[in-house]
Order: sequence, then structure tokens, then C-alpha cells
Amino acid sequence: MIEAMNTHNRPFVRTEHLPQSPPPVSTSGIIGWARENLFSSPLNAVLTIASFYFLYLVIPPFVQWAFIDAAWWGSSNKDCAGYDGACWAVVTARFGQFVYGFYPEAERWRPNLVLILFAINLLPILWDRVPGRTIAALFLVTGFPLVALFFIHGGLGLEVVPTPKWGGFMLNLIMAAVAIIYSLPLGILLALGRRSEFPIISRFCVLFIEFWRGVPLITVLVMASFILPFFMPDGFNFNELLRALVGLTLFSSAYMAEVVRGGLQALPKGQTEAARAIGLTYWQSIRLIIMPQALKITIPAIVNTFIGLFKDTSLVIVIGLFDLLQVAKSSVTDTNWLGLEHETYIFVALVFFVACFAMSLYSLYLERKLDTDHRD
Amino acid sequence: MKRFMLSALGAATAVAVTASAAVAASSTMETVKKRGQLICGVNTGLAGFSAPDDKGVWKGFDVDYCRAMSAAVLGNPDKVTYKPLTGKTRFPALQSGEIDILSRNTTWTFKRDVNLGFEFVGVTYYDGQGFIARKDLGVKSAKELNNASVCIQTGTTTELNLADFFRTNKMKFKSVVVEDATEARQAYAANRCDVYTTDRSGLAAQRSVLKDPDAHVILPEIVSKEPLGPVVRHGDNVWGDIARWVRNALVVAEELGVTQANVDQMKSTENPEIKRLLGTEGDFGSMLGLSKDWAYNVIKSVGNYGEIYERHIGPKTAIGLDRGVNNLWTNGGIIYAAPFR
Repeated sequence: MIEAMNTHNRPFVRTEHLPQSPPPVSTSGIIGWARENLFSSPLNAVLTIASFYFLYLVIPPFVQWAFIDAAWWGSSNKDCAGYDGACWAVVTARFGQFVYGFYPEAERWRPNLVLILFAINLLPILWDRVPGRTIAALFLVTGFPLVALFFIHGGLGLEVVPTPKWGGFMLNLIMAAVAIIYSLPLGILLALGRRSEFPIISRFCVLFIEFWRGVPLITVLVMASFILPFFMPDGFNFNELLRALVGLTLFSSAYMAEVVRGGLQALPKGQTEAARAIGLTYWQSIRLIIMPQALKITIPAIVNTFIGLFKDTSLVIVIGLFDLLQVAKSSVTDTNWLGLEHETYIFVALVFFVACFAMSLYSLYLERKLDTDHRD
Repeated sequence: MKRFMLSALGAATAVAVTASAAVAASSTMETVKKRGQLICGVNTGLAGFSAPDDKGVWKGFDVDYCRAMSAAVLGNPDKVTYKPLTGKTRFPALQSGEIDILSRNTTWTFKRDVNLGFEFVGVTYYDGQGFIARKDLGVKSAKELNNASVCIQTGTTTELNLADFFRTNKMKFKSVVVEDATEARQAYAANRCDVYTTDRSGLAAQRSVLKDPDAHVILPEIVSKEPLGPVVRHGDNVWGDIARWVRNALVVAEELGVTQANVDQMKSTENPEIKRLLGTEGDFGSMLGLSKDWAYNVIKSVGNYGEIYERHIGPKTAIGLDRGVNNLWTNGGIIYAAPFR
């Protein structure tokens, strides 16, 4: 009754919800995003407009130059004469040289094969869904370099390709790979050694690290390449690429050691003490407790060092090794390709950017995957 | 009696010379022959003088000298390992024995010859430092360049010559220092400097690739002597002799009209100097410790001096340099070689 009364007294009662109406246009979609991010204050609005104007000034002419007006094929700069834009012909005609240096064309399958093997070897290390990480890592520092050396250098039935013929991006990759693979374990040992309680070990590590950090890489390379032979007995000559590799590896291991030490110092002392308390030996506690945590927090710094190292490989230009950058520089001194520096340097920059950006993306992926912190 | 004494002395000296030559021979030449490869230091890239082509084969004026050396010593012009060197690394590379010979547009100077312990075996190209300026700068002579900014490469003699030239003429300049020729041209083209100075061969090459070559002028002054030539280590005289006479063979071949194309016919000529050069008469090869036909191999592989010049830097190439002073002495130039006698 009461209900009936109520209904009677009230003229209208809504029994269902109103359908949700979309938010105001000004706060959603592209416009909302733009208001929020690009025009949130007068200063931002001005900056946004200025930036867009700048992009407008830069991008269309660049696209025009690099793509629309560009010449893609040819055998000399005369073939680009009719085009206003870039002359990519220098890159396409010399692509093999940019990638492999002076490596004989008929043998280029060998470095390709090594690259594939390298990727296979690397897969279990980089991606934990593939089993066999420990074995793969051990093989990478012991067996794999021998396999790679056999295929790339030759011998035992394969045609020998001496190291002065190695070059281009291949050389950058080889140097970066060797230096990275060896500098990480070496750096870890040095970092542990520096914190060691044995004075001889820690002094030695400090001396080693500070020496290599205190010397510019170019000096190391020049010393290794030209000064070292003075001290060698006659007829005893190291391979010059090997000398550069050793220099690069020792140099980067010193940096790596300091990066890892940063990670070690960030761990509370209680971790070591707890490990000792449950009866782990020194190496067990390092392997199971300390390193996994220390390396995790230093991932960004380690990858940072790797990226720097990768770019540093182009410094071998000063000792006359024909890396990617040197190929670019020499290409434009061929009388057929005079005056095309912009094209070759842009190409080199692009290659380095892609490689470094890939490393950086992997580091981000690793950080997200290992993120077990509960800080926020 | 006196005559006997003299000839005995002469014989003794000859023996001593041969002995010391034999000792020296056990160094560079032996090393090269045992290795089967000549390691030749070249420029990492200088248009016309040394640069790798699209196939990765080194080509150029300086490179052809390496090939000539390889043909003379190893009988094959392709047995060369090229070691690309920068301006700063070329001398340590030679001193330390990393390379057997340096053929890298290197200026013969007193200090380099005497103080650095090198031996310049001759001049293959007479260069001289010049200036290039924009025409609209309105400069007719390098003497009007007071307070100009000058683009210049580091570690070269040009840097010192420039300072000398401006000091002698009581002028001031601002130097814009760059690492290599390409960078220098970029800086010059981007107006970072008023003039760019380097050897005139380099200026010609760089000018040919400027956007509008006619808008630039190479000033008439030549402010330095830059005799460029191959360099070996001091003290290894046998090796130095080989290097010197390979250079001379190239020049003499041009004098005598022996070319890559006609060298086979020339073998049967009656001209005694050609016969001595090509080894059909006399035994000049074994005096150098080389085969009889060493110079034949050289000319067969790379041609004579003039042919090398025309092939890489002559008027028909992109570099477009006239012979000028680098013509034979018989044609009004100063290229000259001691006779094969």
C-alpha cells in the first residue's frame, strides 16, 4: 500500500540508469591528449608551436633530399648528376665493402654463418625460455671464439683471409663482441678483487683499473699498434687486430669493474653475512646471493658501457683498421665518388643508431623482466 | 806500387761494402721475400693518390708505386698488403717495422730525413702548398689574406708553412684546425673559413667536388716546396737502393718511350740503355739482389711514370692536374732520373 501511495505521490521515478555520455570533446581523444600534453600552459603552447615549426622546416626538405630526389643506383657520382637529392649510389655500390670491408666476396658466407651461430649461441643467454644458459655462456667465452676464428680467418682447408682484409661493419661487430664477452667476466673478477681482503689482490686490481681508466682509448690503440712492436723481439709480431682487441678488452674491463663494484656496494652487508651464516662458501655466496642482485641493479650501467664500447670500436680508424666509419671515409676519396660525405656518414650513423638502440631496448626488456623491487 | 795499393784498398772497400750489404740484405728485402708480401703504407684515402675502389682494390698514384715495388721484388704487382695510415701514424708505423715502405704523399724534409731516421728515395711528385678562396672574396693574391681564417689539417707540414708564410709577410691569420681533407672541404664549404690551404694537388681534387667549382679560385702563390716521395727506414741501404731504382726505372722508362703496351717489343730493341733497363743486357738485377727482369716486371705491371700519372691524376681524370713541373726534364718539367749505366 505504502508503495502504491509513494508512486502515486511522486510524479516520476527513473528506474534505470542514464546511458553514460562520452566525456567532453576537449578532454578526450586527440584533442584531449594534445591539451593535456602539448598545450597545458602558455609556455608549453609556445614551445609546441615552435617545435612543430622547426620540424616543418627540417623534415620535408630532408625527405625530399633523402628519398624523393635521391639517386639510388649507379657506378660513379656522374650517375647522380641529374638528381637534386642524395646520391645513395655510393652506399649501394659499395654495400659489400661497408659490411665486410675487403673480405673476398666468394668467402662472405663464412662471416654470415658465424653471425648465425653467434645468434644461436646467444639465444639461451639472452632469453630464459631457452634452456642451457650456463653451458651456452661457457661455450661463448671458450669454444665459440675458436669456431668464429676458424670460419672467419680460415685455415684447415678453408682459404685463409688475413685480418687486414677484415673490415666494415663486420669488424665493428667482431671487436664489440669480443670486448663485451670478455670484459664482463673480467670486470666482475676485477670488481671482486678490488673488494678483496687480500692486500696484494686488491692493490693489483686498483692499479689495473686506475691505469686503464686513466688512459684514453686512442692512446691505448696507438700504443698497441705502433709502440708495442718496438719492444718486441725481431720477427716476433702479434697480429695487429689481436693487439687492438686486447687493448679494447682490457680498457673496457676496467670500466666494467667499476660498474659492477657500484652494484656490489649498493647491496647491504647483511646479504653477505646471511650467506655466510647459512654456511655458503665465498664463491657460492657470490654466485647465488651477491652477483644476481648486484648485476640486476647495474643492468642499465652495464648496457651503457656496452653501447659506449660499441661506438668506441670506430676509433680503430686511428690505427688504420678499416671499420665501417673508415670505409665511409675512404669511399668518398675514390675519384668516382668524390664529395658524397653526407650520404656515407648518414648511412654510418643510421647503422650505429640501429645497433645501439637494439641494445638499449634489450636492456629495458631485461629490467622489466627482473623487476622484483617493491619500492613503489 | 801506389796504384796497386789503391786498387787493393778499392777491393777491400768493395768487399766491405758487399759484406755490409749482405748483412743489411738480411733485413727488409729478406723479410719481404720470405713473407711473399710487401706491406706498403698508404693514405687512408686521398683522391687520385690512394683509395679503395668499389671492389675493395686499392687504386692511385701512390698505390701504383707499391705495386711497382711488389713487381720488382716479388715479380707480381698484386702481392701487396696495404696498410692505410693517417698523417700521425705513418712515421711510427715505418719506424717500428709495421710496414716495409711508406708511399703516402709524404714530403721530403730535412728533419724527417735526418732526425726521424728515414731515407727518402726520390721524388715521385713535386707538390706545393697553395690556397683556395671563394671568388666573391675578391682576393687576387695570397698576400691580401691578412686576418683571414684558414682551414688547415693538423700534423702536416702545411701547418708550419702557413705560419712561416704569414710571418714573413707580416700578416695575421686565424687557423681552423681539421683532421683530414674531407673535413677541411666541408668546413670551407660551410664558410667556417675564408681560405683553405693544402698541397695544390689536394686543392684541385677538393675543388672538383665543390658545389660550384667555378666560384672558387686557386690563388697563384705557391708558398712551399712539397717534394713527395716514398720513404724507407734509414740504414737498410739495399732496400733503399731497390726503392730508389724502382722509382728511377719508372721515370727512365718514360724517357725512353717504354710503355706497358710496348715493353715486350722493346725487349728486342737495339738501344743499349733500354736493354740494360729491361735486363736483356748487363746484370743490373742481381746487383740489387733481384731477378734480371725486375724492371720489365715493373713496367709490364704498372706502366711508366707518365702512364701512372695520366691514369690517376692527369688532366683526363676527375682530379685534372696538368703535368706542370712534374713533366720530364726533357719536356720542361723537373722529373729526372739517374741513368741506367
